[in-house]
Amino acid sequence: MESNQPSVIEERRRHILIKDKNNQQVIECDHQSVSGAVSQRACVYCGARVVLNPITDAVHIVHGPIGCSSYTWDIRGSLSSGSEMFRNSFSTDLSETDIIFGGEKKLAAAIDEIIAAKSPKTVFVYSTCVVGIIGDDLQAVCSQAEKKHHIRVIPVQSSGFAGSKKDGYKAACDAIINLMDDAKYKIEKKDNKAFNYLGDFNLAGEVWIVNNYFKEIGLRLLNAISGDATISNLIKAQDASFNIVQCAGSSIYLANMMKEKFGILYKQVSFFGLKDTAESLRLAAKLSGDGEVMQKAEELIQRKQEEMEPILKEYKNKCQGKKIAIYVGGDFKAISLIKQFNELGMQTVVVGTQTGRKEEYEVLREIANEGTVILDDANPSELEKFMKEKKADLLVGGVKERPLAYKMAMAFIDHNHERKHPLIGFEGAINFAKEVDLTINSPVWALARRYSYDE
Amino acid sequence: MLEYTPKEMNERAALIVNPAKTCQPIGAMYAALGIHKCLPHSHGSQGCCSYHRMHLTRHFRDPIVASTSSFTEGACVFGGKSNLKKGLETVFEIYEPDIVAVSTTCLSETIGDDLSDIIASTNIPEGKKVFYANTPSYVGSHVTGFANMTKAMVTHITKKEKTKSNEKLAIIPGFMEPSDMSEIKRILKVLGVGNIMFPDTSDVVNTPQTGKYTMYPEGGVTIAELEDLCNCKATIAMGKFASEAGAYELEKKCDVEARVIKLPIGIEATDTFIVNTLSITGKSVPKELENERGQLVDLMVDIHNHYHGKKVAIFGDPDTVIAMTEFVISLGMIPKFVLTGTPGNAFESEVTEMLKANEIKDYKVKAASDLMTLHQWIKNDPVDMIIGNTYGKYIARAENIPLVRIGFPILDRVGHSYFPTVGYRGAMRIIEKISTAFLEKYDRECAEEDFELVM
Repeated sequence: MESNQPSVIEERRRHILIKDKNNQQVIECDHQSVSGAVSQRACVYCGARVVLNPITDAVHIVHGPIGCSSYTWDIRGSLSSGSEMFRNSFSTDLSETDIIFGGEKKLAAAIDEIIAAKSPKTVFVYSTCVVGIIGDDLQAVCSQAEKKHHIRVIPVQSSGFAGSKKDGYKAACDAIINLMDDAKYKIEKKDNKAFNYLGDFNLAGEVWIVNNYFKEIGLRLLNAISGDATISNLIKAQDASFNIVQCAGSSIYLANMMKEKFGILYKQVSFFGLKDTAESLRLAAKLSGDGEVMQKAEELIQRKQEEMEPILKEYKNKCQGKKIAIYVGGDFKAISLIKQFNELGMQTVVVGTQTGRKEEYEVLREIANEGTVILDDANPSELEKFMKEKKADLLVGGVKERPLAYKMAMAFIDHNHERKHPLIGFEGAINFAKEVDLTINSPVWALARRYSYDE
Repeated sequence: MLEYTPKEMNERAALIVNPAKTCQPIGAMYAALGIHKCLPHSHGSQGCCSYHRMHLTRHFRDPIVASTSSFTEGACVFGGKSNLKKGLETVFEIYEPDIVAVSTTCLSETIGDDLSDIIASTNIPEGKKVFYANTPSYVGSHVTGFANMTKAMVTHITKKEKTKSNEKLAIIPGFMEPSDMSEIKRILKVLGVGNIMFPDTSDVVNTPQTGKYTMYPEGGVTIAELEDLCNCKATIAMGKFASEAGAYELEKKCDVEARVIKLPIGIEATDTFIVNTLSITGKSVPKELENERGQLVDLMVDIHNHYHGKKVAIFGDPDTVIAMTEFVISLGMIPKFVLTGTPGNAFESEVTEMLKANEIKDYKVKAASDLMTLHQWIKNDPVDMIIGNTYGKYIARAENIPLVRIGFPILDRVGHSYFPTVGYRGAMRIIEKISTAFLEKYDRECAEEDFELVM
């Protein structure tokens, strides 16, 4: 490995693994990035913001200088069936004097002002780096505001430096649990078909697609968390008989807390790809323990598969044989994607995540093909190097990876906030195949690779 | 999304709703990218760097690379010295820039890291350079950050002692597109005036497709040119807010005369730019430029009836907004609302003076404001057009007003990286945009009997 990795920092080597059945090297992950590295990672605040922000009817105030609020204004792509309040950007826009004298007064005034202007049901207050340093007591300000206005004002402890993006997910989950504690009743008998669906943010309306399946088979979705979630619904989340978790990286912590606090069991699911969608529906049906639901699930799966498989086959004919690189946030999604590309006859040759967990990297290693490069917290040069070496045709990634792929004349798919079509469920699997086809078979790549007049 | 914006205006002192600015470090990062083979380095949490890269990537659709000190809780307690030292070592070892431009964040500023001391005590490889700008996020805006980084280039890199005049003009283009910087250089070439433009992001963030990813593209002012600024005849600084700090620093340090003009947007401001250039260099206007100007005036004559008397709201960065206001007045439009998020009394006084001099009545001008304020103004007193960045699209949709996208950021359209809005040609492009926006709305909405072929 030494000789062919000139551009890899010593400390980074252990974060890179080449799948080899004779090599049992364990990948290093879950670390802070090396100082000076061009990391693709974000911060605690970012993690909290992406998980909480899709709650549609809340006001999300960012307590800090303006940037943190500006950069996260309506970038998540979460859709709402009701209120659009969450798509606005609210900030205390701290200035120098606030940093010197403290920002608590300004925060209290900001909460008063927003309640006067928009009468929200709930306000979330996010702390940012500098707030953590000057020591504003968010909890105290929020408690006082609750007493004054008789609505929930919930602090989110998300100072950027205090951990990684994952700690931000936790901070968001803590805030959601805080809301659920509001239910001041005890339900007598739970409906065994009622459940919550965690870790789906309704990008491009994805929650709505899977909810159609749930409705058809007779399951009752109480809450998707946090896609298209509302405050009044979230309070009732504990009525669920079970939880299913899509994005484990962001929401497994919440699932565990709900298990501890309310005794709600959970299972991990993945609605990406035909096979995983079918398996996940079966699992959800089984969790209800209801024979009729299970029967209906089978019917739905069969019908959808018959409907989708011929369409998928057409795309498979157009796409198979191409090589794929994947660089996404968490590894659960990466695992799903590898399977989905397999369904299309495409081979994954590079796979990396920003914040993968050890156990999941093991699963990744298991399902990856021999020779696949597995990366933790990769930087652009590493991605470039391995994509070139492995001759990848398409990269799946987020905002910052897109232009890198394009500059290398590679096709690209955004499987993050900028996805424009729902990629979930049976319909999503078709959309996904369509997007793969659209990008990988575009005439532009031939042009982009022939960049001089001589060729 | 803006259904909650109330028409009644309550005074807000603490809360910003839908900002019209972002924070200093992103402006500093953009300026630093305008030095050849420079890697911008963000001294703060990972999230800051990630957000700035993401935002610039979305605007330019090109890879934006920068490194970060990746602050942890430890760094916040003990200071960021070891993070920066380690970070700089890593950066030179792996990414091999010629120069690193460090910008601070609200976090490192509040902790009180002494960058001058830290950099002095770091082993920097032979022939390489590191310099820094203080860019606390809680002061000013992204425009201030751009100004501070530009000034820092003079403070830290320019030689103090004049040797021999290089017969060149120093040009500080301000916070503008790479296409605009190319256009200014083209005009200077036509005028036969040698120049050193700094920063210069053309051919850095709008690079051609070559099938290869290059971390340091061809563009950018070189270190040698920055050192040589002391030997320039004079400085033309475009836009007070983004450029005067650098120009005055050069005047103070090396006695190079500073001339601060408006951004050359529109006919008058472009005239001012050219007249100033001529008066310093003693050159005369070549036929080519006279023709360009003549074509612009010809176009203004041809379609003056498309926009004369229309009411317009202009928002965005102060330098851009000031120049745009002057331009639309020359087109016979009425700037009713003129607003920036960046703080600064100079903005309000300069715009107000312009409006008064042109006998425009019932206007509103505000600095350090936000887009909720602009929306409320428009709700109470509708306008025919909004000119601003992409964030104006929410108001444009809510009120069915055409939006002409000028400024930063533009996240939903292309063209700004390649087609200038400065100079005579840029002015023609703006007129085309304005006229098209009005006519397309008319064509879409007019009664059948009013629908015309020739307009």
